[in-house]
Amino acid sequence: MPEVSVMAKSTPTTKMKGAQALIEALRREGVEVVFGHPGGASLPLYDALYDVPEILHVLVRHEQVAAHAAKGYAVASGKVGVCMATSGPGATNLVTGIADAYMDSTAVVAITGQVPTAVIGRDAFQEADVTGITLPITKHNFLIRRAEEIPEVIRKAFYLARTGRPGPVLVDVPRDLQQVEMEFTFPEEISIRGYRPVTEGNVNQIANAARAIASSRKPILYIGGGVIISNASPEVRELAERTRIPVTYTLMAKGAFPDDHPLCLGMLGMHGTAYANYAINTSDLIIAVGARFDDRVTGRLKDFAPEATIIHIDIDPAEIGKNKPAHIPIVGDAKRVLQVLLEMVQPPQDIEPWHKQIEEWRRKYPLRYRQSSDIPKPQFVIDLLSRAWGGRAVVTTDVGQHQMWAAQFFLCREPRTFITSGGLGAMGFGFPAAMGAWFARPNKPVVAILGDGGFQMTIQDLATAVEWKMPLKLFIINNGSLGMVRQWQELFYHRRYSHVWLKNPDFARVAASFGAEGISVRHPEEVEPAIFRAMEIEDRPVVVDCHVDPEENCFPMIPSGQSVKEMILDLD
Amino acid sequence: MVTRRTLSILVENQPGVLAKVAGLFRRRGYNIHSLAVGITENPEVSRIVTVVEAGPEETEQIIKQLNKLVEVLRVNDVTNHHTVDRELALVKVNATPGTRAEIMEVASIFRANVVDVSEKTMTLEVTGKGEKIDAIIQLLRKHGIREMVRTGQVTLVRGVQTT
Repeated sequence: MPEVSVMAKSTPTTKMKGAQALIEALRREGVEVVFGHPGGASLPLYDALYDVPEILHVLVRHEQVAAHAAKGYAVASGKVGVCMATSGPGATNLVTGIADAYMDSTAVVAITGQVPTAVIGRDAFQEADVTGITLPITKHNFLIRRAEEIPEVIRKAFYLARTGRPGPVLVDVPRDLQQVEMEFTFPEEISIRGYRPVTEGNVNQIANAARAIASSRKPILYIGGGVIISNASPEVRELAERTRIPVTYTLMAKGAFPDDHPLCLGMLGMHGTAYANYAINTSDLIIAVGARFDDRVTGRLKDFAPEATIIHIDIDPAEIGKNKPAHIPIVGDAKRVLQVLLEMVQPPQDIEPWHKQIEEWRRKYPLRYRQSSDIPKPQFVIDLLSRAWGGRAVVTTDVGQHQMWAAQFFLCREPRTFITSGGLGAMGFGFPAAMGAWFARPNKPVVAILGDGGFQMTIQDLATAVEWKMPLKLFIINNGSLGMVRQWQELFYHRRYSHVWLKNPDFARVAASFGAEGISVRHPEEVEPAIFRAMEIEDRPVVVDCHVDPEENCFPMIPSGQSVKEMILDLD
Repeated sequence: MVTRRTLSILVENQPGVLAKVAGLFRRRGYNIHSLAVGITENPEVSRIVTVVEAGPEETEQIIKQLNKLVEVLRVNDVTNHHTVDRELALVKVNATPGTRAEIMEVASIFRANVVDVSEKTMTLEVTGKGEKIDAIIQLLRKHGIREMVRTGQVTLVRGVQTT
């Protein structure tokens, strides 16, 4: 392997092939792991990868898994996640994962093979216009036109993916350019003239924010995924504790503020806690940090928090005023802005009545479930998972009822320990994300809370998890249906249950056939032993198929497009 | 209130940039009234002039979203600036020996050029603001317009200021 030793030196220029240059650029970016699947148009890339053992490559069974795993890795680690696919179908299979990373502002670099330059645009075998397809779902994308530009483009891709408001960046590499001999030069500094993210907030506006806080009576901190991305959890906590302002978080910010902190109101929005929703809608001041007033948070915009002055801190200027006008807009990195704010802020004078009011709501409308029957309630299973792993594990979820119950009942204390498909809401996300998270945090337990519907969208990759001996704890909240759709059909479509019941396989036996451990749970008293069994297994994934009450609904619920006044607390 | 706003956008002169800008307008549901693109004094930079129909908040959103595109270097809303605005149209109109003089007279009032003549048609080239072009087209209509083509509006701010 003579090339390896040559490449390892940081000689300014070295002759190598385009594919080797790409892999070498990944190595210099500090990439530890790539999730991918090879194919015709990426053969030279894989040939180059063969010589670089320090980059792990995880061979997935479907490219969608590669993209979701890259996001799981990126969220869990705070680094850039990398996925790789061949042209055409390989690249189109990445699309869902790329869109998911885009919606949740996650730093992912996707590398795709492309058909040779000479046949691009001629409907060649396995050709797809991947830069065209991913245009609206990437922060930026590149089609390589000359082999010499590969190292610089990779450097730019990583820079764009992780800075400013992060997001996925795709690099499409025609096969012929992977094979061209070229001079490798890796730029130390790069500048992109149309791209200058603002990180420092306007000091006058921050001073205005401090004044608004000091004179508020019913303030609330509304934190979003941006807090986790900018590692601003310590600043949020200090701000909350010094001012005694209660904190509510979005799904994307679960873990950014400890769930068991006395100032924590839990998640807000459609399935948020009643007290968080009452609080924000009654507040006189909202301090929004790294959040985007998404429709799942606000419901009907004109009725959302009508009395509140809004301080909106976000690194993306386009988020400010997009959905809800901000009275005090602050463009900047959440951590930097909060650091400056902390130098000026004074606690509000008299917020004890506000705390009393919130405590009353908290007492009156707690999150609850009743484990009465002889079939486990889904919340009961998640509650036990939280008792076993809450605050210590990295937890991932699919999308649907179980995701909302996980947000409500699974205790998180640290950022980057709750990983979910928020904006896109992509079923099938939870299991691949757990694989990615395991590479980022190999010493933490990784627990995936999955739906029986979602798991079947990416279940084939049990093979990958077994091959890598990943000790993932995969809990299926199996209600034999597409539960959230079923719930909406029950509530809004006169119980006309159209195509929501699933005839499922025996997941425990499916797991066993892949070489994973499979456990079936049908009674409430079996849940705990199954958790203990799952804890013991360290050398392979465990699939715990929990058959839960199929009729259970997820509450509280603010129906789509409505307001806190229409919140359904419970059906009985 | 929805009005016509003129945006002057400097972009990297690279393949695919127009598609990115146009795609942004399409997927976020912004209405484009007109669009014109061409290179600038700097061959690495192109200018896109677009007239959009939007209210003030939407216009602000459009500008912010455009600024997020990496190839977009600068966006200016020049609607309230003193500007020179021009469109160009080529109009092929039916012309007989009996109507030719009248068409020539219209052309001369509008300072349009006759750029092609055949036995049965005349083609006029007219430049100016959109309303002027609308007006000449209106006058030519009775002769029968066989075909025509119109550019989008191009705009520059008057005076020493650059945008």
